Amino acid sequence: MTTPNDKTNDGGVPVPTTPAGASSTAPAEYPPASPAGRGMFGNQGTGDVSGYGGLVRPRKPIEEAARPYGSYFDEVRDALEEAYPDFGDAIEKVVVDRGELTLHVRPERIAEVCQVMRDDLALRFELLSSLSGVDYLGAERRLHVVYQLTSMTYRRMVRLEVAVSAEQPHVPSVTAVYPTADWQEREAYDMFGVVFDGHPALTRILMPDDWEGYPQRKDYPLGGVPVEYKGAEIPPPDRRRSYQ
Amino acid sequence: MTTSNYATERETTEGKVFTVTGGDWDEVVSGTDPINDERIVVNMGPQHPSTHGVLRLVLELEGETVREARSVVGYLHTGIEKNLEYRNWVQGSTFVTRMDYLSPLFNETAYALAVEKLLGITDDITERATTIRVLMMELNRVSSHLVWLATTAMELGAINMMLYGFREREYVLDIFETITGLRMNHAYVRPGGVAQDVPDDAIRKIRDFLTLMPKRLKEYENLLSGQPIWLERTQHVAVLDVTACMALGVTGPVLRSAGLAWDLRKTMPYCGYETYEFDVPTHTDGDVWGRYLVRVAEIRESLKLIEQALDRLKPGPVMVSDKKIAWPAQLAIGVDGMGNSLEHVAKIMGQSMESLIHHFKLVTEGFRVPPGQVYVGIESPRGELGVHAVSDGGTRPYRVHYREPSFVNLQALPAMAEGGLIADVIAGGASLDPVMGGCDR
Repeated sequence: MTTPNDKTNDGGVPVPTTPAGASSTAPAEYPPASPAGRGMFGNQGTGDVSGYGGLVRPRKPIEEAARPYGSYFDEVRDALEEAYPDFGDAIEKVVVDRGELTLHVRPERIAEVCQVMRDDLALRFELLSSLSGVDYLGAERRLHVVYQLTSMTYRRMVRLEVAVSAEQPHVPSVTAVYPTADWQEREAYDMFGVVFDGHPALTRILMPDDWEGYPQRKDYPLGGVPVEYKGAEIPPPDRRRSYQ
Repeated sequence: MTTSNYATERETTEGKVFTVTGGDWDEVVSGTDPINDERIVVNMGPQHPSTHGVLRLVLELEGETVREARSVVGYLHTGIEKNLEYRNWVQGSTFVTRMDYLSPLFNETAYALAVEKLLGITDDITERATTIRVLMMELNRVSSHLVWLATTAMELGAINMMLYGFREREYVLDIFETITGLRMNHAYVRPGGVAQDVPDDAIRKIRDFLTLMPKRLKEYENLLSGQPIWLERTQHVAVLDVTACMALGVTGPVLRSAGLAWDLRKTMPYCGYETYEFDVPTHTDGDVWGRYLVRVAEIRESLKLIEQALDRLKPGPVMVSDKKIAWPAQLAIGVDGMGNSLEHVAKIMGQSMESLIHHFKLVTEGFRVPPGQVYVGIESPRGELGVHAVSDGGTRPYRVHYREPSFVNLQALPAMAEGGLIADVIAGGASLDPVMGGCDR
C-alpha cells in the first residue's frame, strides 16, 4: 500500500515540492503530498510511455490570502479585528479558497475567538454548524479541528481551524459558547483523540467505551478480512492495489 | 464474632440470626416518601419499538416524571467516513447513500455538491441534472416526512396512520425504483450529475402521485388534526424554543416549529432553489404539535416544488461534458438492477480500444480532485446536512465528514424530556425524527 506521504523517487522523477506547512509549524497545509499531481495518471517512476517521463506538476502551496478577499470576507475580518484586540496573536493565517474563508486560530485561543464570533453584533455567528477533525499525517501539528460557523443574521459562513500535535492534543472546549459542540467534540475525541479541555463529559460516543486507539487517524488501519469469491481471495480495502 | 450496630441479634441452633425489621429501619423508611422520592433508572433500548432504530435512552424516573435523560448512541456505527477514504470519489456515493436511509438522495446530493465544489465544476452541472436532483430530493422529502408521520403516529397509538403513511411512501419508492433501479441506497446522484436520465414512465407516475397526494394529505389531517388523543399527546409537549434550538444546533422542522424560518433552500440556496416558488412553513408553539403541522405543510410545499421541477424538465444531458469526470458508460436497468448498457459494453469490447482504456482508467482509478477543503450544507428533511470534504489531490477522499442533523438534533432530547412525563419522551424523541443510520454513520 502506498502511504499518503510516500515520496519515494525510484524512477528518477523529481519529487514534488513539499507543501507549505508540512515542515513549518504553520497549520495551513494541504494533506501530505501523495504522488498526486505527478503526471496525468500519477505514475510512480516512469510508467509513462509518452516520452515525457519527467512531467511533474508541482502543487501550489496554500497561501495566506491577500486583501481584499472579496465577498463578505473583508467585513468579517475587520469586524473580528475590531472586536478582538488579540487578533494578530490569535489568528495564524487567513485562507480564502473556493469561495470559503478559513481562519487558522492558535489552539489555546479558539474558545475566546468563538465567543467573540458569536456575540459581536457585526459578526453574529450564532450557530456552530459542524465540528470535525482531520488528521494531516506527517505534519508536526497533524490533528486539526475544523469549526463551521454560520451566521443566521447575516447568512454567512466562516471556517475556523486549529492544529495540534498528536503528543499534545489539547484544545479548549467551545461547549460553553456553543452547547451543540458537546457531542461533536466527543466524536472528534473518539475518532482522532483530540482532548477538549473543559468539556463536561469527554467520553467516547460512537465507538465502545473500552475501545483502544482513534479509528479515523490516518495511521489507524481500516481493517477487514479478505473475502473469498469464486475461489479467488479479495484482500480488505486497505491492502488492495492502490492507485494513489 | 462480629456484632452489628444496626440490627438486633439472637443465637439459634443454626447460628446467629439478625432481625432487620424494626429499630432504626422504621425511621429510615418512614423518612422517605416512597411515591415521590423513589428514583428508578429505566433503560430504554437499544432495541425498543419507539426509539427509531438502535437508540438507547437511560431515564431516571421519579414516579412517572423524568428527572434525567441520557441518550446513548453509536450502536449503528459502521465507519462509513473511514471507509470513504479507501475508495475513489465516485464510489463514495454508494457509501454515503447508506447513512441516513430515509433520505438517501440528500446524502448523495450533499456529497456530489461537495465534490463538485472541490473540482470547481459547480457551474458546469447541466440544468437537467440539477432539476432532476431537486425533483428527487423533494420526492424524498415527502417520503421521509411520511415515514416520520407514520412512525410517530404509531408510537402515539394511531396505528391506521402508520399503515397509510407507509402505503404512500411505497408509492414514492416505486417512483425511485423506476428512475434509479432501487427503492433505497440509490447511488443515483453522482459527482458531475446524475447516473442516468429519468424515463418517461416515471414522469407519468410522478404526475399521478401529484394528483393523489393532496387528497391523501387531507385524509391524514381529517384523521389526526382534530383528534382529541392526538392533540392531548402532542400539544405543549416537548417544547423547545428558538434559543434552545440555536444553542443546541437544532435545525430543520424542529427549529421552524419554534418560529424561525431558517431553511437553507431559502437562506443559502443551492441547486437553483432560489428560482422556485415555495414557502417555508413555520409555527410558533415549538411543541410536537407544531412539528406535525410544519412537516405536513412541508409535504405540500414539496409537492409544489416537484410540479415546478417537472415543468422545467427540458431534454438535455444529465452529466457534465468533461469526459475526465463523467462516468464513461451509458447506464441501463437490466434484470439484475442498474449497470453499464449493453451497447456501451459492445463498443468498448468490440470497437474502440481507446474507449476501453478510458473506461478502465476512470472506473478503477477514478479522477483526481485538486487539493483543498470545502463545506456544503443542504436542507435535508431533518435539518442542515453538511459535508466537509478534504482532498489531497488524489483519486480518493482524504477526509469526508458528515454533519448529520440526526446526530446533532438528538442532543436536544434531554432538554425536551427532563421534567416531563415518560410518555412524552416518546413523543418528544419521535418529533426530532432521528434516523440512527445517519446519526451513527
